[in-house]
Amino acid sequence: MALSVARRARTVSRAGWWTGRRRDHLLGYLFVAPQLAGSLLFVFLPLALVLTYSLNEWNVLADTFSFVGADNYRRLLSDPNVPSVLMATGLFSAGLVVLNLSLALLLAVLLNQRLRGTTVFRTLFFSPVVVSLVAWTIVWGFLLQDNGGVNAILRIAGVEGPNWLRTGSWATLSVIVVQVFKNVGLNMVLFLAALQGVPKELFEAARLDGASAWTRFRRITLPMISPTVLLTSIITVAGSLQVFAQIAVLTQGGPGTSTTVLVYYLYQQAFQFHHFGYGATLSVLLFVIVLALTLLQWRMRRRWVFHEA
Amino acid sequence: MRRKTLLYGLLCVLCVPFVFPTWWMATSSLKPVSEIFAFPPTPWPGRPTLEAYRQVFALQPFALQYWNSLYIALVVTVGTLAVSALAGYAFARIRFRGSNVLFVIVLTGLLIPSEVTIVPLFQLFHGWGLTDTHWPLVLVPVLGAPSVLATFIMRQFFLVLPHELEEAAAVDGLGRLATFRRIALPLARPALGAVAIFTFLHSWNLYLEPIVFLSSPEKFTLPQALTQFVDAYGGPMWNVQLAAASLTALPVLVVFVLAQKQFVEGLAHTGLKG
Repeated sequence: MALSVARRARTVSRAGWWTGRRRDHLLGYLFVAPQLAGSLLFVFLPLALVLTYSLNEWNVLADTFSFVGADNYRRLLSDPNVPSVLMATGLFSAGLVVLNLSLALLLAVLLNQRLRGTTVFRTLFFSPVVVSLVAWTIVWGFLLQDNGGVNAILRIAGVEGPNWLRTGSWATLSVIVVQVFKNVGLNMVLFLAALQGVPKELFEAARLDGASAWTRFRRITLPMISPTVLLTSIITVAGSLQVFAQIAVLTQGGPGTSTTVLVYYLYQQAFQFHHFGYGATLSVLLFVIVLALTLLQWRMRRRWVFHEA
Repeated sequence: MRRKTLLYGLLCVLCVPFVFPTWWMATSSLKPVSEIFAFPPTPWPGRPTLEAYRQVFALQPFALQYWNSLYIALVVTVGTLAVSALAGYAFARIRFRGSNVLFVIVLTGLLIPSEVTIVPLFQLFHGWGLTDTHWPLVLVPVLGAPSVLATFIMRQFFLVLPHELEEAAAVDGLGRLATFRRIALPLARPALGAVAIFTFLHSWNLYLEPIVFLSSPEKFTLPQALTQFVDAYGGPMWNVQLAAASLTALPVLVVFVLAQKQFVEGLAHTGLKG
């Protein structure tokens, strides 16, 4: 009896050293190691390198790497294309966010009505999310040709449509609309989940007080779902700055530079003209913009968002 | 009653831009070249032909490109699930020194879009002799920025998972590793499902990375291959592009329709609610 207690005490103390906190610490480090090493190697190292490269010029053919100081940044300031690129980027992001969020909210409110068959409609609105991005873009490119499906339908209705992808102002709108229909389903689903979380009693009380449908929406629904509005706007703004395939397939940045957004310009400079140093400089600019916008939205949270979920 | 009719009418009209393109893609891919721009447009091919589909496979190693996209997306999905489940669990459940600092460091990766780092990544992989291979398309998503979002989602899920089951397992003498494998991971199935879906779609849709890293047609992935069906003047061969696009889009759509509940609700409830 005494012997077995002593033995057990020994095993417990040894196990205590190994299974307790130390082992947990070690396991913790092991569990996060792949993610941490990966982030360092594929996120933070490239981020440091992009800053270095923006101060150098790399010639891929001659394989020479030479320090050029602030030359690339001087070029950025004097590049006549940069203002129009920034303009196109801003226009594109603003248009995309406004259209995407308002359509997503409209669809979510419609689907939140007590109607039969809303699941079918939800599936249909969501379906483009799972369609391959380039496939979706190609079909719209086909539809938006001068003699394509959209203009054919307009012609039947007696309207002469513009050449959507080859006319300056229409091209930006076309790319935005194609992107909105592709991804609005995601935001719609997030809004729908938020709407279903709004307590019904609030509406009952407001109805008894004689509040109109619009007042109920503005005074109850919007404040209650404001955390989701913030989340979706952050995701959508960040996504709008990364739009590349749609522009590469639909307009190649044209006509002129009207749809050349920053990511597309960066790609052209680095990978088509092999100006890697300047491409890195444009990457730094993109990073600064993303960072500034995210911080701005995060700060606006205090003023806008009713409560944190 | 009138309100209902109005709502259904509105929903049906709003459906058009979501549904029509897919249907137009599938039907136009079956039309002969002479018919695809016919006016008035034909809602159904007058003389259906599979000629465009024959050309898809004749002009490019399309079956191989299909396989490339599929296997890359599957490897990326499995890899991301492993990396994010481990890291997410550790950040949520295991108390180890510096875990909060490490979490913030990892999370900062969300602020750095992959487009920002594409130039140095290209130079790194060029230096390692790995351009024109599939390695960058697998390594960067599994270990880099895209998996950070997955880790965040897994952490949020494990944070709200009730502690009791794990405590009971510990009382029963199960170690941390076994608790993770036999208790936490099976419970995390909805979150893992959501992560799997959006990781697969992300890889399947990737366009900038393939066109930067890959140069030989037999290495291409689908999005890149779709845009390569052009005539001698560089103009798109519409019917062939539409046939290839249909082959790319329709299988995923079918899977989606069959499992739409898991897709939509998984993404809404575990996916991005953070």
